[in-house]
Amino acid sequence: MSRKGNNPLGRIVRAGVSRKRVQTLVMTLTTMTAVTASVLASGLLVDSQGPYQRAFAAEHGAHLSVDVSGTAVDAGQLAATAHVAGVTGTAGPYPTLTLHPRVAPGNRFMPAGDPMEATTVVGRPIDGPLDDLHVTEGHWLTGPGQIVLPDGHSPMAIGDRMVVPDAPGHPVLTVVGLAASVTGTADGWVAPQEIPALTPPGTVPDEQMLYRFAHADSQAEVAADRAAVAAVLPAGATLGSTSYLDAEQEADRNSATFVPFLVAFGALGLFMSLLVIGVVVSGAVTAGRRRIGILKAIGFSPAQVVRAYLGQALIPATTGAVLGVVLGNLLSIPVMGIADKALRSVTLGIPFWLDLAVPLVTLAAVTGAALVPARRAGGLRTVEALAVGRTEQAGRFGRSAHSRASRLPLPRWATLGLALPFGRPARSAITMAAVLLGTVGVTFGVGLALSLNQVAQGLSHDRPGAVQVLPFPPLGSGVKARLVNAADLDAAGSAIAAQPGTAGSVEITTARTAVAGKPGQTQVIGYRGDSGWASMQIVSGRWFAAPGEAVAPKAFLSAYDVHVGDTVTLSENGRSAPVKLVGEVLSVDNELLTDAGSLTPLALPLVPDSVTFAIELKPGTDPDAYISSLTHALAPYGLSAIPSGGNINITVLAMDSLATILTLMLVTVAGLGVLNTVLLDTRERVHDLGVLKSLGLKPRQTVGMVLASVSVTGLVAGAVGVPIGILLQRTVLPAMAGAAGTEVPGADLDVFHAPLLLALLAGGLVLATLGALAPATWAARARTATALRTE
Amino acid sequence: MSAPIIEIRDVSKTYDASDAARPALADFSLEVAAGEALAVLGPSGSGKSTLLNLIAGLDRPDRGVVRIAGTPVHELGEAALAGYRRERIGMVFQFFNLLDDLTVEDNVLIPAQLAGTGRVEARERANELLTRLGIARFARAYPGTLSGGQRQRVAVARALMNNPPLLLADEPTGALDSESAAEVRELLGALVAEGRTLVLVTHDTGLAAQCATRIIELVDGRLARDVRNTPLAVAR
Repeated sequence: MSRKGNNPLGRIVRAGVSRKRVQTLVMTLTTMTAVTASVLASGLLVDSQGPYQRAFAAEHGAHLSVDVSGTAVDAGQLAATAHVAGVTGTAGPYPTLTLHPRVAPGNRFMPAGDPMEATTVVGRPIDGPLDDLHVTEGHWLTGPGQIVLPDGHSPMAIGDRMVVPDAPGHPVLTVVGLAASVTGTADGWVAPQEIPALTPPGTVPDEQMLYRFAHADSQAEVAADRAAVAAVLPAGATLGSTSYLDAEQEADRNSATFVPFLVAFGALGLFMSLLVIGVVVSGAVTAGRRRIGILKAIGFSPAQVVRAYLGQALIPATTGAVLGVVLGNLLSIPVMGIADKALRSVTLGIPFWLDLAVPLVTLAAVTGAALVPARRAGGLRTVEALAVGRTEQAGRFGRSAHSRASRLPLPRWATLGLALPFGRPARSAITMAAVLLGTVGVTFGVGLALSLNQVAQGLSHDRPGAVQVLPFPPLGSGVKARLVNAADLDAAGSAIAAQPGTAGSVEITTARTAVAGKPGQTQVIGYRGDSGWASMQIVSGRWFAAPGEAVAPKAFLSAYDVHVGDTVTLSENGRSAPVKLVGEVLSVDNELLTDAGSLTPLALPLVPDSVTFAIELKPGTDPDAYISSLTHALAPYGLSAIPSGGNINITVLAMDSLATILTLMLVTVAGLGVLNTVLLDTRERVHDLGVLKSLGLKPRQTVGMVLASVSVTGLVAGAVGVPIGILLQRTVLPAMAGAAGTEVPGADLDVFHAPLLLALLAGGLVLATLGALAPATWAARARTATALRTE
Repeated sequence: MSAPIIEIRDVSKTYDASDAARPALADFSLEVAAGEALAVLGPSGSGKSTLLNLIAGLDRPDRGVVRIAGTPVHELGEAALAGYRRERIGMVFQFFNLLDDLTVEDNVLIPAQLAGTGRVEARERANELLTRLGIARFARAYPGTLSGGQRQRVAVARALMNNPPLLLADEPTGALDSESAAEVRELLGALVAEGRTLVLVTHDTGLAAQCATRIIELVDGRLARDVRNTPLAVAR
């Protein structure tokens, strides 16, 4: 005889698992959903702990990238920098150019001819001693006329093309790949032999050198390293440099914003999963009391009964856990792909140890949750278990509820349903908890998504208006590219104002200046003209109204330890300009925004490349016709107009997609919880249902009665869950903003308008109804004769 | 003889789908006239409960016709069957099948409430029945506090609530002690004496003799005996 045949416990467990199909399915799906969500959330949580540092090590990141004038140094001098004290590794020199490309015809999202932002391209191979490039989409360069762009930091996609109007013959570059550079060393990469064809006549490409140092943990150390390298090069040869610390800071800030909402979702999901798993196993014991009695009557020991019920819980749970790991890893590919870009990382993925730890912890939790009811099963007195009748007697509370409900002016099937939950207060409380947690999850998820989108919109106010004017001549206009001057800007301002359809315009320039008493320089954005319509979103105070007033984001206020109401003094070359901070604006940048008149005392030189105009159009104005006409009018000044494109905020996109998945999973688990408890309840009441059907209860009324039994639960859960969800949103979002170095304006938190609130309040009812629909239908279809025989 | 209220023709019913399965009813035909009190006797597994379930519309025949008061029950959908049960029949079960969460009065009221009878009218009818059956004092009590005989009286009251033309009783004394059984026998006898049509499935020959005007016996799903009877309750 086979061993299988000799093991009655195994047969009992297998029979229990296969006989209780719905229970097994609910258990499997619940565990699967819980593990999937946990794998995703904990995977990202783990990855958000220092993702940049890990990627930096894996990709041999460079501490410093230095651009050197191609005319001022030779290869020998650059090679000598490798021997500077403290330098532990170098890469380069790589030829580099700053291009001003235009969008070529045939791009999917950008109009042909639109000027693109200045693009620093580097001619280099994919790998090298430092800063390995990691192709995330498409392929590396294989021939002439190709370019690879940084993933997540470029508006173009694979197959898009750009024209380089400055170079002879206006060469066209096709995007063949997207790649990640952990150091952020370029805006695009081309083959080194491509560089001469892209070089404007009369100019010489610069050279890029990458360095790794023995000590580069702080800005001061990197600054000292930079100085040491510059010291061995001819004076003035160093054009600029990029520290890895800037990229690290951005990545760390992005990753920190993920933590609060992942923790919130994780806690909700864990609590809910344990609740549902507990109630499923507990329900299995309650529903199987008679079976337990029979098992004990034929000689099963209490320990064997405990093992049988643990087994019945662990078999579907293990299946669910394995499926959850697979699903979590599959879902992590798109979700983490977006997160990779937000975190500037190239190495994200679910760590292998999490694929083991998450299911093990979940199964331990299942065991814990199952142990209590399983022990209860083991401890049941045989005679008691065998004597269990068809329906457990309702308590005084349940009877009183029936009596009160019968007085309601509703059909009897409805009042019978309404009173049902009071017959099993504990089980109803669990159903309510499941719906409540689901409602909290949905409210939080929806609030989070709406607020994040509003914040993202607020952040995009740095490009106000419908039309933007950039300091490049229109493609094909015959106007040669040149640096715009103050006279051009005055004339352009007048032309814009005179253009039919202009509702408002403002000239925006960027400069760098010092703040008196503080080291380093800060970025100052100067607005010339009426800037009120173009103001960024206000967190507190107001937008500046006159020269001498300024606003700043949280990053500036924190960096300079100043507050709204304080006065800061900008200084340059011995001249100073005090400005009073009148408001805090929503931005993650460290900058000061003021009326251009505030900067007049500093006599700052114009930075021609930084000048833009933002234009708001009158209602009804055709933007295309306006842009075409304005571009024509501005061409003589070397300026062109383009539509103000909204930027996709990659961090918000990553959070939105993750929040959507986690919310859906919470709702699924909540629905499964309701399904299971209502199914248990319905099964226990199948005899009563048979009686009612024998008295003439119609199938539709049976469905109505079961649905009515969860309606109060759903409504109450909705009424309680929605405020908790809102509270969670109001706690987590500011924490995320704090991690990102900004604050959330109150308006961006107030996203729950009346119709949305009503929908969310009804959501509890909908969730409960959806969960109860299957058992209700089953109850309606149950054969009356069979139900009446059920003991 | 008046027109049959129950007309069953060539009905077969098998629970197990296998070829070897023995039918619960095999080519069974029966007519019952209005006002008759039919007792169905037979050993366990003879098809008594199946017959009752088919008449009650709780189950469907594999083939054949079940027509009750002109209604082709075998052709009705679930919703129509519910309406049929609500209006045309009243059922009394061996184990009472009362809803333990509801008071006696609420149990009795349910058929009328499902039928949409007005609240006042339903309550009056319930009180009338409870009084008539001698259980009015238990109106606010829960079934669990009553004796078996009292519970079966409640079940009878509930069955009569919508004044159905046909009363079905499945082993109504099967779960009762002798004293309670006697109470129920007397009650059913009284209903028969009123001229109410009754189909009574029972093992209890005494009950059949006391209440039925006609007795049939089933063996292996077939009619083995069909005799007229003068019920003792009526004769007395």
